[in-house]
Amino acid sequence: MFAYTVRRMLQFIPTIFAITLIIFLLLNVLPGNAALMAGGKNRLPPEVMEKLKERWGLNKPIHVRYMLYMKDLAQGDLGTSFFAREKVSQMLASRLWPTLKLACTALLIACILGIPLGFYSALRQGTWVDTITMVGAVSGVSMPQFWLGLLLMFLFSVQFKLLPTFGYGEGAAINLILPSLTLGVGYMALLARTTRAAVVEILTQDYVRTARAKGLTEIWVNRKHVFRNTLVLLLTSAGLQFGSLIGETVVVETLFSWPGIGSLLVNSIFYRDTPVTQGCILVIIIGFLIINLVVDLLYGVIDPRIKYQ
Amino acid sequence: MMTATAIFAPFLAPYHPIDDANLLYSEEPPSHQFFFGTDSQGRDIFSRVIYGARISLSVGLLSQLMNSIIGIILGLTAGYFGKWWDDLVMGLTNIMLSIPAVIFALAIMALLGPGLINVFIALGLTNWSFTCRITRSQVLFTRDLNYVKAAQALGYGKIRIMFTQILPNIVGPILVIATLGIAGAILMEAALSFLGLGTQPPTPSWGGMLAKAREQIFTTPWISIFPGLAIFTTVLGLNLLGDGLRDFLDPHTAKKV
Repeated sequence: MFAYTVRRMLQFIPTIFAITLIIFLLLNVLPGNAALMAGGKNRLPPEVMEKLKERWGLNKPIHVRYMLYMKDLAQGDLGTSFFAREKVSQMLASRLWPTLKLACTALLIACILGIPLGFYSALRQGTWVDTITMVGAVSGVSMPQFWLGLLLMFLFSVQFKLLPTFGYGEGAAINLILPSLTLGVGYMALLARTTRAAVVEILTQDYVRTARAKGLTEIWVNRKHVFRNTLVLLLTSAGLQFGSLIGETVVVETLFSWPGIGSLLVNSIFYRDTPVTQGCILVIIIGFLIINLVVDLLYGVIDPRIKYQ
Repeated sequence: MMTATAIFAPFLAPYHPIDDANLLYSEEPPSHQFFFGTDSQGRDIFSRVIYGARISLSVGLLSQLMNSIIGIILGLTAGYFGKWWDDLVMGLTNIMLSIPAVIFALAIMALLGPGLINVFIALGLTNWSFTCRITRSQVLFTRDLNYVKAAQALGYGKIRIMFTQILPNIVGPILVIATLGIAGAILMEAALSFLGLGTQPPTPSWGGMLAKAREQIFTTPWISIFPGLAIFTTVLGLNLLGDGLRDFLDPHTAKKV
């Protein structure tokens, strides 16, 4: 298990290498964009622009810039923001915690509600709970997150004046409720759907019939045989879909003016602040890769049949 | 529930033609009747929502078409030729799968700048990996079947075999992915426009209207309801259609559920 983990970590390196190359090329094939943007509507005089390009290192050919970027990256230096005059790594560090807090709370909400609902509706197929859950699940998957966020904002903040509309509120828990709920609902719907499909599939398996034939009570069958096997199927699709949760974080953070990595990313794209954009994307992708690794390792914990070679 | 979905899918999906037909009426100057109220500039939201359908549906359809074409071509050739090409395509696919789609689309938007055409391109390049994977695995499965061998014996060219012998047999799953992909693309266009990176005002788009509504939630909350409802019903319809198609095309799951 330990050797496997180490080997998987080593596999990160070529992947991250390829991703940095792609992202770097994507963001840097058009030179001098930031210098053009710096003046806003009034174009800067050419000599000022040349100066800016020189300071930001935009006057060198692209392969030289990539080499420099990779050299800095190897030392943990993500570059300096064009506009904020701050190290990108510092900007990211201060934004990481709000994003993590938001994503984890959303995940928690989704798991606590989604999995039991899916499980229950699979066991009670055709009842009104099942119908409502499944209609809700399809709706939740089809709903744009930011719209749901707006509606919740309207209901709880404008109508009832219970919760704050936007902002981080210095980390107050009350500010976390609406964003994490907004973010969690889509994933919850997905989990409920996946859980139900997995349980329905497992209930037809031979070992469930055997367990029933042995005379085990229904509760025992469900607990010992169905639930554990469901988790394996669930983990696969939950892990795969985690990327969409990360993507939605960007939108939800912008909607609620949440000072996380997602809103930083969107702002940096507006200002063509390439080092910040690169840094944000890199951090998000690394996060995604780590989650995939954790999912892979969890298989072994849940399903003892899976051995890591 | 699934069978109900399958039955209702054909009834739920064809409301796009209805939306499209209404476009003729909304060519009239806006705000002569305020079905959904008006926005801050006195524009009729009903008309704008209907107009927005044009943007959303065309973005959804065209970008998914692009995705399907890229995915099918890469998948077919990777599966059929194999060797280094297969390794390259699969490597690329895995990298694409390890980047969340929204993030990749945002990166492309960062390169191209905001705008509708750029949304087409960004979404058309981000979501082909699933199609590619499925196509490839199906090709690997069918490649050694007898009818493909027969075609080879008849002296058919490689490209002809790929497109006339293999492709027709894998249309089903690709269609399902495409339907769900259109729904995803519409959601993503809305999200990009909401972030201000997609369709630029004054062109009406559902996501852009919601971005405006966010600023006015205290004064004119009704603005936020209908554009979102439009996105929701469209995407819901497509998702149901996709589920229905899957059950229809794959008797294995239909029987079970």
